[in-house]
Amino acid sequence: MKVNELSKLINAKNLHDIGLENEVKSGYTCDLLSWVMARGNEGCAWVTVQTHMNVVAVASLKEMACIILPDDITMEEAPLNKAKEEGVAVLSSPLSAYSICAKMAKAGLPSC
Amino acid sequence: MIAESFSVEKGDYLRAGEASTKMKNMLKKLGIGGSVLRRISVAAYEVEMNLVIHSLGGTLSIDLDGDYIWLVSEDIGPGIPDIESAMREGYSTADEIAQGMGFGAGMGIPNMKRNADVFEIESEPNKGTKIKMGFLMGGGKSE
Repeated sequence: MKVNELSKLINAKNLHDIGLENEVKSGYTCDLLSWVMARGNEGCAWVTVQTHMNVVAVASLKEMACIILPDDITMEEAPLNKAKEEGVAVLSSPLSAYSICAKMAKAGLPSC
Repeated sequence: MIAESFSVEKGDYLRAGEASTKMKNMLKKLGIGGSVLRRISVAAYEVEMNLVIHSLGGTLSIDLDGDYIWLVSEDIGPGIPDIESAMREGYSTADEIAQGMGFGAGMGIPNMKRNADVFEIESEPNKGTKIKMGFLMGGGKSE
């Protein structure tokens, strides 16, 4: 599944237009960065409420497909620009982290 | 031999992750990719964050030498009083600011050790900590 397809599935807004063609291979949710560093995969769609610069660093270093912010959370301009530079898509969904993961699982995406 | 070093400052959360990202891009340009690049990236990020969160500042350097890529972190203090605990998953001394940002899972050093093919740590209280990690270019551990 591509990021733009996933974005539609979870009624998300794309916070910038880079990385929408990235292939999503799995899903994960966690707000502890080292935990995600240990368990996240390349091509992962990562659901988190954290929105600072380091979230982008983790997603980029792990070569993730996208960052998904639940509950209509948005991201400030500086980390958003960084995500754009690194080719990591950032989506903001009105759904909760739980509902986003449920939809991803139903669509057949495995956990990281 | 290709070497490059980056300075990392105490508490600089805004620039944190920059050195690891630069290293990753540099290695990519040298044709290093796949699993070994991802393992180096994780270890570099964890060690960089340790410098930001716990040290008084230090340097992170990368060196390509023969079959190995070496990643070395050296700081100017304050040293780790209990290395054995620091090596254990779940043990963290990160402060509240770091924890609020999602750090302090107690996975930093365990993540480094898990990803590196060679892992050495030396620390002296009030002096500093040196971590040396080696990654075998042709293969090594799986992720």
